[in-house]
Amino acid sequence: MPGVIAAFTGADLASEWAAPMPCAWPVTPDMKNPPHYPLATQRACYVGDGVAVVVAESPEQAIDALAGIVVDYEEEPAVTDLEDAAADRVLVHPDIGTNRAYTWELISDPDALKKAFDSAAHTVKERYIQQRLIPAAMEPRGVCVVPHPFGGDFTVYSATQIPHILKVMLGITCAVPETSLRVVAPAVGGGFGSKLNVYAEELLALALARKLRRPVRWVEERSEAALATIQGRGQIQEIELAADADGKITAVRVHLIADMGAYLQLVTPGIPLLGAFLYHGVYDVPVYGFSCTSVFTTKTPTDAYRGAGRPEATYAIERAIDALARKLEMDPAEIRRRNFIRPEKFPYSSAAGLVFDSGQYEMALDKSLELVGYDQLRQEQRRRRENGSARLLGIGLSSYVEMCGLAPSRVLASLNYSAGGWEAATVRVLPTGTVQVVTGTSPHGQGHVTSWSMLVADRLGVDPQNVEVLHSDTAVSPHGMDTYGSRSLSVGGTAVAMACDRVLDKARVIAAHQMEVAEEDLEVSAGTFSVRGTPEKSMTLQQVAFEAFTAHNLPDGTEPNLDGSITFDPPNFTFPFGTHVAVVEVDTETGKVDLVQYAALDDCGNQINPLIVEGQVHGGIAQGAAQALWEEAVYDDSGNLLTATLADYLVPSAAELPSFKTGATVTPSPTNILGVKGVGEAGTIASTPAVMNAVVDALSHLGVTQLDMPASPEKVWRALTNVGKEAGR
Amino acid sequence: MIPAAFDYQRASTLDEALSILADRGEDAKLLAGGHSLLPLMRLRLATPAVLVDIGGLRDLSYVQDRGDEVAIGALTRHRDLQISELLLNQVPVLAHVAGQVGDPQVRHRGTIGGSLAHGDPASDLPAAILALDGTLCARGTSGERTIPATEFFTGFLETALRPDEVLTEIRVPKSPGKFSFKKFNRRAQDWAIVGVVALSDSPARVALVNMASTPVRASATEAALAAGAAANEAAQRASEGLEPPSDTNATTEFRRHLATVLVRRALEEVGL
Ligand SMILES: Cc1cc2nc3c(=O)[nH]c(=O)nc-3n(C[C@H](O)[C@H](O)[C@H](O)COP(=O)(O)OP(=O)(O)OC[C@H]3O[C@@H](n4cnc5c(N)ncnc54)[C@H](O)[C@@H]3O)c2cc1C
Repeated sequence: MPGVIAAFTGADLASEWAAPMPCAWPVTPDMKNPPHYPLATQRACYVGDGVAVVVAESPEQAIDALAGIVVDYEEEPAVTDLEDAAADRVLVHPDIGTNRAYTWELISDPDALKKAFDSAAHTVKERYIQQRLIPAAMEPRGVCVVPHPFGGDFTVYSATQIPHILKVMLGITCAVPETSLRVVAPAVGGGFGSKLNVYAEELLALALARKLRRPVRWVEERSEAALATIQGRGQIQEIELAADADGKITAVRVHLIADMGAYLQLVTPGIPLLGAFLYHGVYDVPVYGFSCTSVFTTKTPTDAYRGAGRPEATYAIERAIDALARKLEMDPAEIRRRNFIRPEKFPYSSAAGLVFDSGQYEMALDKSLELVGYDQLRQEQRRRRENGSARLLGIGLSSYVEMCGLAPSRVLASLNYSAGGWEAATVRVLPTGTVQVVTGTSPHGQGHVTSWSMLVADRLGVDPQNVEVLHSDTAVSPHGMDTYGSRSLSVGGTAVAMACDRVLDKARVIAAHQMEVAEEDLEVSAGTFSVRGTPEKSMTLQQVAFEAFTAHNLPDGTEPNLDGSITFDPPNFTFPFGTHVAVVEVDTETGKVDLVQYAALDDCGNQINPLIVEGQVHGGIAQGAAQALWEEAVYDDSGNLLTATLADYLVPSAAELPSFKTGATVTPSPTNILGVKGVGEAGTIASTPAVMNAVVDALSHLGVTQLDMPASPEKVWRALTNVGKEAGR
Repeated sequence: MIPAAFDYQRASTLDEALSILADRGEDAKLLAGGHSLLPLMRLRLATPAVLVDIGGLRDLSYVQDRGDEVAIGALTRHRDLQISELLLNQVPVLAHVAGQVGDPQVRHRGTIGGSLAHGDPASDLPAAILALDGTLCARGTSGERTIPATEFFTGFLETALRPDEVLTEIRVPKSPGKFSFKKFNRRAQDWAIVGVVALSDSPARVALVNMASTPVRASATEAALAAGAAANEAAQRASEGLEPPSDTNATTEFRRHLATVLVRRALEEVGL
């Protein structure tokens, strides 16, 4: 065929792999992890499971050649429903004898849990579905592997969030010495967790470049991204609350069935665990129980998607507390107030075993209600109900807390996560006074270069223009744990700040030596060391850097050059929080929901760059609202994805969204020297339940309280029709 | 998302386009704005051997006053319809509907001829032309003929056009009366899940988007109106005799319900 260089099946390439595709999170010792290779050899387990690869001179020729491949599939039944999968009637992987990958439990005190529910004045039991989502980053995946002409080295360019982790994993799976691999993540167009993975195509590109001794490139198409890039969410949630007569929650009990998809990707099994500790939300709940059964289905693997586990947890508790409020005929704001963890309780040890760093939850609620004009909205809502309007108003609250800043390595170890949670940074003041920062984080749209420059400029007293930030290339930044889980600022940024402090410590020694004064007599301000009481006697950081460079006159035992490096392993997670309020109008005749107002009050601790914070919040709200109203990966019963284009998978645009009102409170985290918490996922975590609570709030007086996402016109219409039928009966 | 290989020929005159069509027969496809054809080619649902680009035939882009009628060149873009003074005054429904198609990029590329020739029941302009009782002019190697809009749409993505014909002009009667266009979708840029075009001119006419395998008139509703039924009553019959599609946005049953609601709202809006 024209342009075709080679074509291989999975069997042809079997000898390329030293290990299966990695899953780095064996959450339980008995977790089932079916071997997963870049190309299936015997069984293809989902639409998107590759079976052959074609290498051609151009992408057009390669795609034409695909038409020449005839795969003789013997069809087996699909398993797409989670409860069906858990029943083990049809097995995705017959070899392992079950669809259940693992069951994981966290029950602080089983007797107390039972007692709390037996003796509760009120209980609610709710069941929610977390539909699967397609991450749909603006730039799909892509990888290019360039073999060096001599010596067996490779440079891997990949649109990844995790160049450092990818390098380790490529070394292990493809049996290439780590010293022979350089991984570069060039400007990456968004990830949202979907590029926190090690993908078949990355392994294939490396193996093929090795086999063919020429550069091999692969770029994903949009529909391929829907099928073969991980998807997010995919859970059935059962949550129960026990409460006393005043609406004070006394216990929370949760059971999940989580959809793993056909295989375990890098951190697939761990995603439910990232939420497992947070199903009591921002509320002071003494007794807690959580369990999760994770199942294989014949669908695309799931994995981390913006918020990963925490949006699911927040959704469940925030909808359930509204259900409790309805039962008690209490305002949703009031029931939250009664249950918040009070500010004086921090650091707060939760029944689930976390220590929450700091928080002022009621203040955030108050400010969010003020921002949106809560009381007037309630009046307007009443007015429309009384008028019999076909456009009902709904107001939804969502108070959230998340754990982010992944994180203390020892805590990750206790969860059986295979890697650490530290971050590395180096700060070098170059001889001319410009500053070079090397970070192990790997930005893909979050603006680390801007924020890191600002915080370095602040600490060292230099102009941010004179700070260079190097990242995302393992040859330049050899140590790093990359970017995900809102960790970059609180772990990586903190490491950069600490490296700056090391630079200042060293500079102080050199400056004191040069000026012949005691170190204690020096004060530093705006990048200048001056002698206390004799301010005309001073040295700039630039002068110190030049002295450190020439090394002509350094104190004994001081090494040349002015730099500082650190690897920082944080002592705890950080816990950002806030309250979001969504206002919707629901057309009761067509079922259409319009999001008409949105107010977000977020507390991510100290802010380095408020504009970037705001940008993260905006995108997050849109992405979370999308789950509530529009997005869903729909599969038919045979496991075909019906929403594999952006015409069918409804990513919203600005036209569907109101202008957001945003506000912030600042409660610094005591966990790191910057007092920062992280804001990458907050908007997504908070907005989904805020919007759904608003929809239910608009309709609950008509009897509609059970409604699953996305709240599409048809679903809303059916819910209204059903209560109408029941009322008529 | 990469189309199969194809030849490309750019026609500089209508006759040149016609002669290429005559030459290449069913292998050839006309390319106007490309906003329906190219997506199909990218998904490899269409694999024409040769594209005959008529996008440069600017003499087929016009909106002209012809007495009782307005004539529109087939290559007139949606955006040009949207802002045409003549349409805004004499056939305002068409300007309005054109302004609701897709997003600004689509409206600046897509043409009315392409929209009609594509024969997609989910498209907006075909319903408007149907409601207006428009006439379509086609040129083939053997000459010109006119086709009433009501006979133009023959099946899903099928029209009365022959492979060797080019749609050249669309004529609509002046209809300055009240109109309503209800386009129901979940995102602003999307095709209608259900759409309704209603005209108050006597007799009142109602056409539906995405309620059958072709753009259609709501004939049961029209008949009810002609017999003096009130809006609400006539709307109940919106989907009578129709088999609307079912997809991830709406089942057949929901489409029927939507049609009832939207037709009623449209009729109320035009004062019926
Ligand atoms: C993102 C997106 C959103 C859209 N949303 C909408 C929407 O909401 N509503 C809507 O109605 N449409 C929508 N469209 C379609 C759009 O309006 C197209 O422009 C239109 O349907 C086709 O016009 P075109 O000029 O692009 O035709 P082309 O794509 O060039 O051609 C379409 C077909 O018509 C044939 N053809 C074209 N011109 C002639 C002619 N003069 N004579 C004979 N045959 C001809 C071609 O051979 C081809 O088969 C959308 C398109 C996109 C890409």
